[in-house]
Amino acid sequence: MELTLWTYEGPPHVGAMRIAASMEGVHYVLHAPQGDTYADLLFTMIERRDRRPPVTYTTFQARDLGGDTAELVQRTIADAVQRFQPEALLVGESCTAELIQDQPGALAAGMDLGGIPMVSLDLPAYSKKENWGAAETFYQLVRTLLKAQVPPPGTPKPSPQRCQQEGRRPRVNLLGPTLLGFRCRDDVKEITALLQEHGIDVAVVAPLGARPADLVRLPEADANVCLYPEVADSVCSWLERSFGLPVVRTVPIGISATEAFLKEITTLLGIAGADGAISNGGAAPGLPATAASASRLPWYSRSVDSTYLTGKRVFIFGDATHAVAAARIASKELGFEVVGLGSYSREQAREVRAAAKELGLEALITDDYLAVEKAMADAAPELVLGTQMERHSAKRLGVPCAVISTPLHVQDVPARYAPQMGWEGANVIFDSWVHPLMMGLEEHLIGMFRHDFEFVDGHRSHLGDGAPSMTPAADPVHQGHGALPGLTTSAPEPALATAPASAGAATATATLEAPPSDALELRWSPDGEAELHKIPFFVRSKVRRNTETFARERGIALIDAETLYDAKAHLSH
Amino acid sequence: MGVSVADAAPSSPELLKQSGQREVFCGLTSIVWLHRRMPDAFFLVVGSRTCAHLVQSAAGVMIFAEPRFGTAILGERDLAGLADANEELDRLVRDLLERRPEIRTLFLVGSCPSEVIKLDLSRAAERLTSQFNGRVRVLNYSGSGIETTFTQGEDNALLALMPLMPSSNESQLLIVGTLADAVEDRFVSLFAKMGIEAVRSLPPRRSTELPAVGKGTKILLAQPFLSGTSRALVSRGAELINAPYPFGVEGSRDWMAAAAAAFGVDPARVAEVLDPLVERGRRALAPHRQVLEGKRLFLMPDSQMEIPLARFLSRECGMELVEVGTPYLDRQLMAQELALLPSGTQVSEGQDVERQLERVRAARPDLVVCGLGLANPLEAEGIATKWSIELVFSPIHGCDQAGDLAELFARPLRRRQLLTFS
Repeated sequence: MELTLWTYEGPPHVGAMRIAASMEGVHYVLHAPQGDTYADLLFTMIERRDRRPPVTYTTFQARDLGGDTAELVQRTIADAVQRFQPEALLVGESCTAELIQDQPGALAAGMDLGGIPMVSLDLPAYSKKENWGAAETFYQLVRTLLKAQVPPPGTPKPSPQRCQQEGRRPRVNLLGPTLLGFRCRDDVKEITALLQEHGIDVAVVAPLGARPADLVRLPEADANVCLYPEVADSVCSWLERSFGLPVVRTVPIGISATEAFLKEITTLLGIAGADGAISNGGAAPGLPATAASASRLPWYSRSVDSTYLTGKRVFIFGDATHAVAAARIASKELGFEVVGLGSYSREQAREVRAAAKELGLEALITDDYLAVEKAMADAAPELVLGTQMERHSAKRLGVPCAVISTPLHVQDVPARYAPQMGWEGANVIFDSWVHPLMMGLEEHLIGMFRHDFEFVDGHRSHLGDGAPSMTPAADPVHQGHGALPGLTTSAPEPALATAPASAGAATATATLEAPPSDALELRWSPDGEAELHKIPFFVRSKVRRNTETFARERGIALIDAETLYDAKAHLSH
Repeated sequence: MGVSVADAAPSSPELLKQSGQREVFCGLTSIVWLHRRMPDAFFLVVGSRTCAHLVQSAAGVMIFAEPRFGTAILGERDLAGLADANEELDRLVRDLLERRPEIRTLFLVGSCPSEVIKLDLSRAAERLTSQFNGRVRVLNYSGSGIETTFTQGEDNALLALMPLMPSSNESQLLIVGTLADAVEDRFVSLFAKMGIEAVRSLPPRRSTELPAVGKGTKILLAQPFLSGTSRALVSRGAELINAPYPFGVEGSRDWMAAAAAAFGVDPARVAEVLDPLVERGRRALAPHRQVLEGKRLFLMPDSQMEIPLARFLSRECGMELVEVGTPYLDRQLMAQELALLPSGTQVSEGQDVERQLERVRAARPDLVVCGLGLANPLEAEGIATKWSIELVFSPIHGCDQAGDLAELFARPLRRRQLLTFS
C-alpha cells in the first residue's frame, strides 16, 4: 500500500486506451465499474478530441456481482462489435474487474466475432502503470496481427539496404506516437519531413493514425524508428527478433541528437556519404543538410544575447526520453548547468542514471512528486523543465518552468505547430525554455524599478499571484492549507516586486526564505539583510545559502554586509 | 410570486429506465468539494491507481502541494493477504496523520477494489480511532462506483458523520448538503431576517462542530441527492421539510418559504424578506431568458441535479425539455420537482450511453447538459453543450445566484452566436 496524492501515470488500462484511441478501426471493450469512464475526458478535454475514445465499458454494479457478470461481458462485447464493426478488438479489464476474475479475454475468445482479430489484454493493475500498459497493448496488438507472418527460425534477415537492389527509396516505420503523448502529432510531421528530405519514405506511423491493416504492413519497411521508447520499445524489439527489422534508437530531440539520428539511419540504410556524412539521399540539391543551416538554435545559442543563459541552474524531471534529451540540450546546446535530473519512468531508469552520471549527478527515480519538489527546492534552480506536476511545484517555489513531458495539460496541446523533435523541434525548445527565463529577467527589472514613482502599484509577477521569492527549504506541508482553501489558491502573498520596501516586509521575505536552522543559530543584521535584497531575486537565495555556509564554517553568528562581501570574495576564488 | 408549488398542476412524466454503459463519475468524485467544505478533514481513498487518477482528473488542477485527499493504493501484496493490508493501512494512516497534525477527521473512503476484496474499513476506522485516542476521529464510507454515482458520495459521507451528531430536541433548522460558504451565510442571514435564528448546516465548516439532531430539528435539503442522509435524520426524530430545491428564483423562494412555514413565520414577513429578492433575481435572469427561451434542452444523467435544473430552465428560462436524464430517481425527494415539470416531460433513469446519444442526435436539441467526456464530441457534431461538473463546483443556490445559474446555460449559446469564421 502506498500513499499517493497526485500521480504521474494512470493505471495500465489507460495506456491501452491511448493505443486504441490513437488508432483507427480499433475498439476496446473494458470490463470496468461505473466511474472508470472518467478516462474519456482525458482525451476529449486535454487533447480536445472531437470524438469519444473507442471504448465500451461494461459498467458493472454491486448488484451484478452476485449474478452473472460474465454474461454482461459477453453481451457488451457482442453489442460493441455489432455497433462499431471494428477491424480489431481489444478486450481487457480495469483494476476492479481483475479482482472478480471473469477473464473477459477468454470469454471473447469463445465468441463468434465474425473473424475480427481479438487481443486479450492482461494488464496487471496492481503492479503496472500507464506507459507500461500502452507499450504492452501496442506489442500484443502488433504480435496478434503479425504472428501468422513471422518467418520460420533460421530465415535470413532482410538487408536494411535492399532498397537499392529493389530500385526504390528506403522506407521506415515511425513507432510510438500516441494521443496524450508529448507533442507526438507535430513530431511525426517534423520527422516525416526530415526523412523525406533525406530520401527516406515513412511507411507506417503507429499507433497514431494507423489502422490494423497498417500494422500488418510493418515488416515491409527497411527499419523501425523507435521514436518514443516508453511505448514502442517492446514492439521494436519483437519486430527485430521476429522479422529481422533493425531499429533506429536515437531519439532526435535537440541538434546533436537529430544529427546522430540522421547519421544512424542513413548509415543503416546505406545512403550515408562515403565519409559517413549525411547526404541528401538524392533529394533536390540545396536542401538543408546540416544543423547550422536547418535550425536556428545553434546560432541563437551562440548569439551574444544568450550569454546571460550561461550556467543557469536547471532542474529536469519527466519521462525518461524527454528528461534525458533535455539534460543533453540544456548542458551542451544551451550552456546551462543541470543541477538535478530525474524521471518517473522506472522501466527506463538505466538511461536516466547514465545521463545523470555523465553530468556528475545522482538521478532521481521516483513517482513521488513531493520527493521531486523537495529535490527541486534543494537544488535551487533558476529554471525547471518538467511535467505539469513540476510546473505546479515550480510555481509554488517561484521558479520559471517549461513543460517538457507528460503528464500534460490542455495547454501542452497547442494549436500551433510545436514539435520537440528535429530542427524545428530545436527551435521550439529554444523559445519555450528561454522565454520563461527572460520573463525572470523582466521580473528582476520590475524589482529594480519598483521604487520609481512611475511604478504602478499592482504590477504582478508573471509567475502567478503571490509567487514568493525562491524558498530553498520550502516546506510543502505548509502550502495550500491552514487557510480555507478555495480553488483560486491560498491567500495571496504580496509579490516580491510589489512589496513595500519597508524593513518589516524585508523581514517577512527573509523569514520565507530562511533555510532550516542548523546547530549554529545564524542571524542577519539589518544592513546584511538590506545588502542581500539589492541582489536580484533569482540569485538571492543562492547568495544567501552560500553566505550562510561561509558564516557557519567560520562560526560567524551575525551576518552583516561585510560578511556577505567576504563570502562573495571567498567564493569567487 | 406568481407560481408556487401549490399552484402547479400535478403531472406524471413518463419514466424511461435505461441500463448499460454509464458515462458518469463514481462517488469518489464528491471528495473534490467535500474536502473544501471541511478544511480540517482528510479524505483517504483506499483503492487503486485508477481511483487516484480519477480524483486527480476530476479535480482538474493541482493547486495544492499536499491536498487534503489522497489514495492508499493497494498493491499486489495487499491483495494477497488482508491481514497485511490492515497493517499497511494502519501504518500509512499513522504516517499521514503525523505529517498532517491539523487533521481532526479522517474519512477512509471505500472504492470498488476495497469493496470487492471486502477490506473492512469500518473496523479499520474503529481500530484507528481508538489508536489515536480522540485526537483524530476516523470514519468510513463507500464512494465506490459499484455502489455510488457521483454525488451519492456526499450522501454516504454525511451518513458516516451521523453517529457522531449529538442528540438534542432543541428547535432548529438544519440545512443539509454542501453549499458554498458565501451562499450559506446568505441563507443564514435571510432566515434570521425571517426570525429563524437557530440555523445549522450539515456538513459543517469544521468537521468537529457537528450539529445536533432530534425532535426539534427540521431539515431542509440544499442538494437533491441526499436520500440516505435525509432518511437517517428522520429516523433520529427530525422532520423533513418538503420543498423544491433552491435553484432559480422560484425554487429558492419556495425552498426558503417552506422552511419559514415550517417554523410558523408570518407569510407577510416572508414576503417582506423574499419579494425584493425575487424581483431582483428575475431582473438578473431576464437577459439570459432572452437567449434560452424556446431553446430545446437535453440533460444527460450526471449529478442528480438534473430534475431541479430542468424545472428551473423550463419554468424560469422558457426552455423546452427534450429529455431529463437522472442517474437514479428518488421519487420521494423529487416529488415536488417532478410536479413542477411540464406535463409529459420525458424523464429517464439510468443510462445506456450509446442509445441515449442516438436520441440526442435524433432530437438535435439546442443544448445538451453532459459530462466532460461527451461535451467536445457533441460540439464536434454541431450540438452545443454545457459541462455538468461546473454545476457542483459553482455557487448556484439561491435567488441571488439565479442569474449566474442561467448564465452558465446561456453562455454556450451566446458564444456560438459570437463566433464567425467566414
